[in-house]
Amino acid sequence: MTTTIDPPERRETAADKLRQGRHAISERWHHAPRWVRWVLLVAVIAFFYALPNKEFYQYLGPIPTPGANFTQVMFTVSIYVLLAVGLNIVVGFAGLLDLGYFGFFAVGAYTVAVLTSPSSDIKTLWPWLLVVPIAIGLTMVSGVMLGTPTLRLRGDYLALVTLGFAEMIRIAAVSSEFLKGQRGFNQIPHPPGQYADGRPWFGVLDARPYYWLVLTLIILVVIGVRNLTHSRVGRAWISIREDEDAAQLMGVPTFKFKLWAFASGAAIAGLAGALFAGKQNFVNSQNFELLNSIIILAAVIFGGSGNIVGAIVGGGLVAYMIERFRGIELFGIELYEYRFLFFGLVLVVMMIFRPQGLIPNRRRAAEFKDRRKEVIVGE
Amino acid sequence: MLLEIEDVSLLYGRIQALHGISLTVDEGEIVALIGANGAGKSTTMRAISGIRPVASGRIKFAGEDITKLRADLRVRRGLCQAPEGRGIFPGMSVLENLDMGAYTRRDKAGIAQDLARVLELFPRLAERRKQAGGTLSGGEQQMLAVGRALMSRPKLLLLDEPSMGLAPMLIQQIFTIITEINQQGTTILLVEQNAQQALARAHRAYVLETGRIVKSGSGTDLLHDPSVKEAYLGVA
Repeated sequence: MTTTIDPPERRETAADKLRQGRHAISERWHHAPRWVRWVLLVAVIAFFYALPNKEFYQYLGPIPTPGANFTQVMFTVSIYVLLAVGLNIVVGFAGLLDLGYFGFFAVGAYTVAVLTSPSSDIKTLWPWLLVVPIAIGLTMVSGVMLGTPTLRLRGDYLALVTLGFAEMIRIAAVSSEFLKGQRGFNQIPHPPGQYADGRPWFGVLDARPYYWLVLTLIILVVIGVRNLTHSRVGRAWISIREDEDAAQLMGVPTFKFKLWAFASGAAIAGLAGALFAGKQNFVNSQNFELLNSIIILAAVIFGGSGNIVGAIVGGGLVAYMIERFRGIELFGIELYEYRFLFFGLVLVVMMIFRPQGLIPNRRRAAEFKDRRKEVIVGE
Repeated sequence: MLLEIEDVSLLYGRIQALHGISLTVDEGEIVALIGANGAGKSTTMRAISGIRPVASGRIKFAGEDITKLRADLRVRRGLCQAPEGRGIFPGMSVLENLDMGAYTRRDKAGIAQDLARVLELFPRLAERRKQAGGTLSGGEQQMLAVGRALMSRPKLLLLDEPSMGLAPMLIQQIFTIITEINQQGTTILLVEQNAQQALARAHRAYVLETGRIVKSGSGTDLLHDPSVKEAYLGVA
């Protein structure tokens, strides 16, 4: 028999205080009048639209990245946020462990590359905008193809299969003649649109328009995902995540909803891939390392799996922190070289002290309030 | 005949858990399935609710062959199981759990009515309606599982060990409620280790041993059957 050891009291109270503080903030947020929340939300969105302008970010002290073009970094960050929002559907809502999410991103990017680039064998040379829906559709189809045999199984099969899928895509990209390996596809067209004087909206030098485009799409996707999670679909996902057998015993067609989560997550990754290809103008096999899948998964868990805001914050912070290390030297060591060491350390510390993520999904309780009202008509 | 099981066998990998089980449940009955640990009681339940596929045999519900029907579609036909132990949704509140029970239904008025009924049956749940399911005590979780299954307004309610891990007083209480539910018109198939209570409440019962039905009869008959007494009631 072991005797119970009292937990160290001081840390306990400090953690409690922190929890209370966070709780107080979330309480205040949820009890704030609707207009206050809207004003704050609009202010936050406006801030992020203004962020890549030099006239704005030069006053933000340490926020801009010293070693890289801050606007470029913001574009990368926005792509990661979009991916995190998509993966959060799969991992956070439906509770399916997807280790190869970046594979879908690659499918999206390569679809655009193959159908638009002059270096592609099929030389269709279609415009970017026409190919985007095709890219989203194809990633969805690949998600369904991958999910149909694996989602019927329980446990770790899905994680393994998705891991294999991402590697398959990467290896195909490296070695297949059709996908051009390292040489890649160049001259992928940019998104359309031009100013009155004939200059294109989406040029080569300025990353801001791409960032704004992605930011706008993130907002649209988040609105869509939010509506979905407030519906019967969202309830089904949560029930599957919490107890799959019980969900089935309540009449939830679990396979169908898992496939839906998987396919919608894939579609968002496809969209992100198409945006990435349209911005980079060049896609080759080096863009799709396994590490990227891991980073996005880590970002979702870091931010708070199952919470949209958590996924946004996680995706944004992780992508930004990695870039932030660029160009910083300490004792003659380039910190950027060790960026993943720090990343790993932060993750380990997080998992010890806050395994539920920065912004966990306790909000779900509040999300369900509306439905409660529906149910308790007699109360 | 509401439920008819004919010669059902079921495998877990290479291990045969059920060897040709046949049983019937009539409308309005409480039927108990008793047996020791590992006799195949819960497995029988899983076969009926569709969580595990059967290897051979037939399951008929309300005249329809449902042997190959998906579990969620069986719920829509009016067959609902309250899973064993903690089969509730731990992160959802009591009300959200009950709401999930009505997942297949869209008649808001009827759902509200059934919710009121469930909360009346289980006043404890009404007290804790906003509490997360995972923070309830074992007995409360058991009540929640039963209440949630009732929310689907089933024709046949499958209860898997509703008294498991409960204090004697709570056991009494939950069996009273089961009888009450039955009197309100729901047919019940009950799996129990607590043979005494189950046999006293059930109209008919089956005794399961290593995946086979070895005895069946009315609840009171089995209650007084010497071999049942010896094996399951702890009376020499």
